[in-house]
Amino acid sequence: MEHTLTSGNVTADRPRPAKNYLNETTGLWSWMSTVDHKRIGIMYLGAVSFAFLLGGIFALLVRLSLLNPQHTLFGKQWVTAEMYNRFFTLHGAIMVFLFIIPSIPASLANFVLPMMLGAKDVAFPRLNLTSFYLWVAGAALAIGSMVLGAVDTGWTFYTPYSTTTDGAVGLMTLAVFILGFSSIFTGLNFIATTHKLRAPGMGWFDMPLFVWGIYATGVIQILATPVLAITMVLLLIERVFQIGIFDSRIGGDPVLFQHFFWFYSHPAVYIMILPGMAIISEIIPTFSRKTIFGYRAIAYSSVSLALLSFIVWGHHLFVAGESDLANVIFSALTFLVAIPSGVKMFNWLTTMYKGNISFETPMLYAMAFLFLFAIGGLTGIFFATLAVDIHLTDTYFVVAHFHYVMMGGTVIAFLGGLHYWWPKMTGRMYSEKWGRVACALVFIGFNMTFGSQFIMGGQGMPRRYFNYLDQFQPIHAFSTYGSWVLGSGLFLTAIYLLASLKTGPLAPDSPWGGTTMEWESSSPPVVHNFEEQPVFEHEPYDYRHRTVTHV
Amino acid sequence: MSTTTVDLHQDPHGHGGEHDPHHQHHFTTMEQQFDTSKIGMWLFLVTEVLTFGGLFAGFGLMQNKYPQEFVAAHEELKRWAGSTNTVVLLISSFTAVMAVLSARTNQGKKCAKYLWITVGFGAIFMCIKAYEYSADFAEGLFPGKFYSHHGDLIAGSHGYATFFSFYFMMTGLHGLHVLIGMGLMSWLAIRASRGEFSDKYYTPVDLVALFWHLVDMIWIYLFPLYYLIT
Repeated sequence: MEHTLTSGNVTADRPRPAKNYLNETTGLWSWMSTVDHKRIGIMYLGAVSFAFLLGGIFALLVRLSLLNPQHTLFGKQWVTAEMYNRFFTLHGAIMVFLFIIPSIPASLANFVLPMMLGAKDVAFPRLNLTSFYLWVAGAALAIGSMVLGAVDTGWTFYTPYSTTTDGAVGLMTLAVFILGFSSIFTGLNFIATTHKLRAPGMGWFDMPLFVWGIYATGVIQILATPVLAITMVLLLIERVFQIGIFDSRIGGDPVLFQHFFWFYSHPAVYIMILPGMAIISEIIPTFSRKTIFGYRAIAYSSVSLALLSFIVWGHHLFVAGESDLANVIFSALTFLVAIPSGVKMFNWLTTMYKGNISFETPMLYAMAFLFLFAIGGLTGIFFATLAVDIHLTDTYFVVAHFHYVMMGGTVIAFLGGLHYWWPKMTGRMYSEKWGRVACALVFIGFNMTFGSQFIMGGQGMPRRYFNYLDQFQPIHAFSTYGSWVLGSGLFLTAIYLLASLKTGPLAPDSPWGGTTMEWESSSPPVVHNFEEQPVFEHEPYDYRHRTVTHV
Repeated sequence: MSTTTVDLHQDPHGHGGEHDPHHQHHFTTMEQQFDTSKIGMWLFLVTEVLTFGGLFAGFGLMQNKYPQEFVAAHEELKRWAGSTNTVVLLISSFTAVMAVLSARTNQGKKCAKYLWITVGFGAIFMCIKAYEYSADFAEGLFPGKFYSHHGDLIAGSHGYATFFSFYFMMTGLHGLHVLIGMGLMSWLAIRASRGEFSDKYYTPVDLVALFWHLVDMIWIYLFPLYYLIT
């Protein structure tokens, strides 16, 4: 059976199988004990969405605290400085460790990566389930630390404050330690899967670019996360035994903690953004109906970003007493990051050039990504520049910058990918109308919330401060209003996606005309993904003559 | 791509149950399954190296900060115990190799024997280590704020305490790995004596032996680092 694609709407080319991965077995235990990567991906999706909700509530509370300099609501002060410190710490820690790092790899990639390779499962299915339960244990500890007196160190746990403050820092660092292993196991699984479970005939440069992005992410997860784990152990031991490694009162070096921490946490930034870029590399060719421009350049740029991520951590320490020589070197290396990022941006734009573009919700999110990530990336160059960094560091400018990358980049791409693969994962179409409305709300709300923070930061408003000068009140209030628009957009998304599970029309196998292998399965896929082992027959993103090889 | 390759990649369950019971459904061949497991183990070993790497880096920085104290503190360690343990672990790596060789040449009983011998060497290592620790504790050589070795504590200097903090952290983490390795080897020895391993399937023995070699290798670095500082 062969057909040429002319539009995004392809009708199902065969009847839907009666049994799929969702209804082959039923009952709670069949889910909890599953080793099916698709079910684990769905469980992870539910779990990280819960974390996103929790972290989002704390974000709204942070913004609400800053609505006015008196911290009042209806004429009454409702929040103390201590509460505020806990709000932003929990927002940061939950969003980074429980949401963004596992978000795309553990949920969406878990579902589609093996299918893109034509595999039946990931390399180590039981390890995959172990990773999920480690996440659950880590989340339980993190939430436990909230109940048992919270943490107020900021998500970076900087010493000496984190070695001296009361509160449940120990429990929270233990949570981070466990979550680290959850992340390592995910990355390890994807690397082994990519190496050994590709469909017959599929070489490295025949893989979808999503796989390249997730593979590069896996490399970072494997190489960087153990260092975070041992840093957390050292922090715990310093608190208990006072060994004198981070605490300057007993001969330790607080800046050493920052080196250790950022040796992981800067690569971790790329654990967060590379999967987002990977999704954009799928959405843009599909909705432009055009072969991706510069396949190899994008593939190599993912790998080079992964490698560069390891040698730029020092730019977090420009004002922490690092030597001038080190500062200059780290500054120069940081500028290099702009090259592979730029390569990706220009290749995506060139892919769209003269494409047959349609603007369904995933594509709208991809466009939002291009716009927001460009701002996030370019403002990153401000911080690579030593003199500018000193002026802007620890102001709202840096808050705005990394939210444009993390939220404007990763979360927007996550939402795009979620809509892109939703029909495949659930077998149902969501409401396109509400999808577009929600995307617009998210985009407008996001820019209101964080665009305004660039202005505040440039004017000198320091980050993490509870009190602020009256002159910043209008911008702070505007940012808070923006957070409500953003929150309502995300809330709306949750409603229509969940509603689609009951009322959405049945999805065809390939609703967008995607050319990668996951679309050759039924929607939703059968337990082992494909009725027959798919064989690699055409390059990914080949829209000239797409052949489907089902009997 | 040609369609002739399709036959090789059909679900092994479709062959009517004649396949190896260890063959997992998502692998086409046992060779592919073995290679994949091996990649997974190597990747895990990389994370182990980096975990210890953080501690090695910390040790190096602190040694640079307190060079005299570190040299003086290492005199308190029992060099004969460290040397003996090095020899013990090296021999145990050899017996681990012999266990793999026996497994892949269908000698299950011999494989079990070599695995138990390896466990035995691990136990000797841990006994010597336990003796060493208790002797250290008796002299007041504790980590961090609990350090109380009489006479050596120089006012305002934390070099000694820091040395022993790292000593206990690194050898303790290493000891934990030895215990885990012993546990895994015992489990495999039981399986081997039941005849579960053969030239068709000996993946767990191979992987655990790899792990054991890494644990051995880390000790090879720890020994000169702590016992032979000059």
